Amino acid sequence: MMANMKTMFDLNQIDSQGGSVNVASNDQPVVAKNALEVRDLNFFYGSFQGLKNINLDIEEGKVTAFIGPSGCGKSTLLRTLNRMYDLYPGQRAEGEINFYGQNILEPGQDLNLLRSRIGMVFQKPTPFPMSIYENIAFGVRLYEKLSRSEMDERVEWALNKAALWNEAKDKLNQSGLSLSGGQQQRLCIARGVAVKPSVILLDEPTSALDPISTGKIEELINELKHEYTIAIVTHNMQQAARVSDYTAYMYLGSLIEYGKTDEIFIKPQRKETEDYITGRFG
Amino acid sequence: MDITQSASMPTPQALRVAKLQRVQDFLFHAITQFFAISVLIALLGIIISLLINAWPALHTFGPSFFFTQEWDVVNGEFGGLIAIYGTLATSIIALLIAVPLSFGIAVFLTELCPGYLRRPLGTAVELLAAVPSIIYGMFGLFIFAPLFAEYVQPALAATLGQIPGFGILFSGAFNGIGILCAGLILAMMILPFIASVMRDVFEIVPPVLKESAYGIGCTTWEVVRNVVLPYTKAGVIGGVMLGLGRALGETMAVTFVIGNAHRLSPSLFAPGTSIASTLANEFGEAEAGNHLSSLYLLGLALFLITFIVLAWAKWMLNNMEKKQGLKT
Amino acid sequence: MNKTTNIDPALFSKRKRANKIGLTLSMSAMVLGMIFLLWILGVLFYKGFSSLDLTIFTHSTPAPGSEGGGLANAIVGSLMLVGCCTLLSTPVGVLAGLYLSEYGDRSRIASVTRFVTDIMLSAPSIVIGLFVYALVVAQVRHFSGWAGTIALALIAVPVVVRTTENMLRLVPGSLREAAYALGTPKWKVAFMITLRAAQSGVMTGILLALARISGETAPLLFTALNNQFFSTNMNAPMANLPVVIFQFAMSPYENWVDLAWGGALLITIAVLGLNILARVVFREKVQG
Repeated sequence: MMANMKTMFDLNQIDSQGGSVNVASNDQPVVAKNALEVRDLNFFYGSFQGLKNINLDIEEGKVTAFIGPSGCGKSTLLRTLNRMYDLYPGQRAEGEINFYGQNILEPGQDLNLLRSRIGMVFQKPTPFPMSIYENIAFGVRLYEKLSRSEMDERVEWALNKAALWNEAKDKLNQSGLSLSGGQQQRLCIARGVAVKPSVILLDEPTSALDPISTGKIEELINELKHEYTIAIVTHNMQQAARVSDYTAYMYLGSLIEYGKTDEIFIKPQRKETEDYITGRFG
Repeated sequence: MDITQSASMPTPQALRVAKLQRVQDFLFHAITQFFAISVLIALLGIIISLLINAWPALHTFGPSFFFTQEWDVVNGEFGGLIAIYGTLATSIIALLIAVPLSFGIAVFLTELCPGYLRRPLGTAVELLAAVPSIIYGMFGLFIFAPLFAEYVQPALAATLGQIPGFGILFSGAFNGIGILCAGLILAMMILPFIASVMRDVFEIVPPVLKESAYGIGCTTWEVVRNVVLPYTKAGVIGGVMLGLGRALGETMAVTFVIGNAHRLSPSLFAPGTSIASTLANEFGEAEAGNHLSSLYLLGLALFLITFIVLAWAKWMLNNMEKKQGLKT
Repeated sequence: MNKTTNIDPALFSKRKRANKIGLTLSMSAMVLGMIFLLWILGVLFYKGFSSLDLTIFTHSTPAPGSEGGGLANAIVGSLMLVGCCTLLSTPVGVLAGLYLSEYGDRSRIASVTRFVTDIMLSAPSIVIGLFVYALVVAQVRHFSGWAGTIALALIAVPVVVRTTENMLRLVPGSLREAAYALGTPKWKVAFMITLRAAQSGVMTGILLALARISGETAPLLFTALNNQFFSTNMNAPMANLPVVIFQFAMSPYENWVDLAWGGALLITIAVLGLNILARVVFREKVQG
């Protein structure tokens, strides 16, 4: 993987903010590109099969939502995308997940590097036991060398992106734990955004929060999607309808239906999907 | 800002960092594993080193060493029976007294104690368990033994000592120090320890189980006997074995009051010696040869006995936790 | 047919009596335990205080038969032994604890290590002394503070390992996952996130280990031995409180016995103080 990545890197410039400049100059029409392509994915917790033959594309620059009743495998699917399951012996995935063409399920991957490009925010806010500033700087310092003033800028930028700057700017040195629940979650989002990944995975990011914080975070998602590819797991259908461009409905480990959010919610193609959406089931 | 394919590509800096991190993680695993194994290595080292040094005695005296009463430094004849008897006798006496008392304390702390007292009393018990054993030894020698000789021993001789056959346990001079006294001091020492373990084990019982027993009209005592005890059986046994393990190996609390005499006597009032106190008293001056080697042999025996008892205790406590689903 | 239960009064009062007896016995056990505690500590404080004065800190241990004297060399020696032991056992114990908690679910070696560590927690400390004697003292043919340090470390390390592992396991997995999700390498997750989150618990473990070794006599009997004079040379026999107490208490000299009580009091204050400190540190973590 390393050799591939290096060669591909040579084709492009990286500017000082870690973004990229497309050097290719031909005027090709912008084709929707997939950040992640899941092909024939099967997942096992020991002998129990959690995901059955998933095939799915996650388009870049869009928000894709995974919905379904408890235990349908949506979180499981999300956690294969950054190989989070790898932390636990006994969990394994078979199949292919292509991240910009590179199969991340292949053995021999540098998982740390992968996870710096595909970020994740969890259901429960998890601020690190350090100051707000350090929480954000921690991730950035892993792979980038920034001067003090560059880091200050990055922290401010990330907190702004998470709509937390105004509330946090006077207490950057206080512990991350001193924030309220909704603020902590936005801190976690800021932390994830600060390292400038290309994909952000959100695992039920608002289910532990009050409605006002939830609203703020949904606004955030709408803004972030212009620069990031986002996949979000939610058990709240209305939230999926509000924020996502594409929706995948899952049940018992299988992908039942996948398509544009508007179409799924207004005119689903499968009866199971319709039952779930109209509340007849689940 | 466009997301293009290269946004997913790591910078050369990042690639360098990733490579370094792989090395660091490897070192982290290796170093921490090494230190973890060092405990295993220490254990092996202890057994091997004791074996090597005990071998001459084992070779000279054979397994009958453990049943021989001799302890003749001058003539080089040694046998471990007296020391082993002392260790076992004091430990058993200590358990006989400490276990019921610890049980009572544990029941008190979990069932009877008013809420506001629970923490201070629990802490008091744990602090008692932390008091170094040499303190118990001094207490035993200077305070307890004289009182024991003056009041308790005559009383015991006059009552239990009169029972034919059994009474021989309480015969002999009232010196205070001796096997029985050592057993009692040892009991005082392991009491808080066993009580803490039992209390921890009792606290694991799910309240809903107890509540359902109370709900059908059981008295507190019945709940303890019929719900708590069966549920925590493995843990209680484990706790007792842990206490036994500690008692067997205890040096200071025993050495002060056991009398340090290489004599075997049917009376509990008589002085004797335990393996640990023999080692404490004689190892420093023993000359190389049978004496020193015999001491090592005793040490090895003590270590192995204690190891087996503690391993069994740990196994029982593990079973208890498995039952909880705390362990998978 | 609706029948109310017939309560047999005889059976009921028998059960009530059994209950009362059982609970009374239980309460008596607690009272007895408290009496012992107060008695022992009371005696210790009384006898110890009466022999405690400033000379304890300024004079070294007296020769047999001579008057007066203090415990200065023993106090300093104990501080040095305990201090060196802590420096040695803390990194070993914390790193081993890290291994058990971060790699311990996948590894057979880890469960064996955990089992053995628990056993070593209660192993007879005199045998540890024998081992270090055979390993170190017999080889170099002299007693030393270093040998004493090693013996104490063999007792302290299991304590630190177990408390460190338990405290690290209390750190929620979600915190670790959040760190991994940023691409943090395992060693950084362990040190900068997990260990940091558990730091007061780990501190507590170290304090408890300290308290435990402060009172240990048997492992020092054949390693550091004792030294009548004031010395800070770790490569030679080292005076220390527990062994001094052992030798002085069983002696016929009155000033020696007095000093033994004074030393016993000092040790007990140190041990109890460390235990209480450990609890306070831990409680602050849980609340703060």
